[in-house]
Amino acid sequence: MPALASFVCGLIFGAGLLISGMTDPQKVLGFLDLFGAWDATLAFVMAGAVAVAATGFAIARRRAAPAFSARFLWPDRNDIDTPLVGGAILFGIGWGLVGICPGPALVNLAGLSLPIVVFVVAMLAGMIGQNLFDKNLWRRRAAAPRAIESSPLPSRADG
Amino acid sequence: MHDFTPLSGFAGGALIGLAAALLMLLTGRIAGVTGIVGGLLQPDTADRRWRIAFIAGLIAAPLVAALFGAPLPRPAMNASLVVVAIAGVLVGFGTRMGNGCTSGHGVCGFARLSGRSIVATFIFMTAAIVTVAIVRHVIGG
Repeated sequence: MPALASFVCGLIFGAGLLISGMTDPQKVLGFLDLFGAWDATLAFVMAGAVAVAATGFAIARRRAAPAFSARFLWPDRNDIDTPLVGGAILFGIGWGLVGICPGPALVNLAGLSLPIVVFVVAMLAGMIGQNLFDKNLWRRRAAAPRAIESSPLPSRADG
Repeated sequence: MHDFTPLSGFAGGALIGLAAALLMLLTGRIAGVTGIVGGLLQPDTADRRWRIAFIAGLIAAPLVAALFGAPLPRPAMNASLVVVAIAGVLVGFGTRMGNGCTSGHGVCGFARLSGRSIVATFIFMTAAIVTVAIVRHVIGG
């Protein structure tokens, strides 16, 4: 049941990306191009998405548990740290270069065009690379005993 | 060619929000594409099924739309394949490092009023706007 629910959610999410036009990188770049022929559509997509998600989350907050699993896994961090800032900058540069972020990349994968396949493979490689980079950092910290106290505990992802 | 389309944008956005709301109400998860995909790439992840199912849903969406006559998405991209590959690595590395992308930080984070996500969203939006300005108006101008 949770897997079926998750599939349906992915389907709705993908339909939303298609209908909103956000699977078209030119449309996304049109929003990011403040100094060109600016297309404000992305702001309306965000407004619609945040309004409905916030309503759903408010309902969820008043419930004891989700329908098909034991508990709500709300992200539990509130600190602004270097990886958050550095990661957001790197992501922003990549997003600005081609106008594709992870969700639309996967939806576009259905068309199997060469640039999209290249993008998705590179994106997965980047994610795996970041994992390995993180693990090495941990190993180095573990090797230096004094650094253990200052290293933050791994926490639930925000998204 | 690419006109301002606020109505379809808002309607599509509402569907994205609905998907995020339903994923939380039904499975207790945040609909962040980076976190969902990234979790699959880690060797110690136990909960693979819902992640694979969500990703399958994303990829199935245009296939279902094709049944109703919509063309499969094959977006035009101006950048060379080398730039596309560099951008892909930056997006993958950056979103994992920063714990989220447009869906997890942008949509779900704003909907939760998470300070972390709001800061991240402003930073990646700004970095993207500066990048487009440089590519289109400094280099390309």
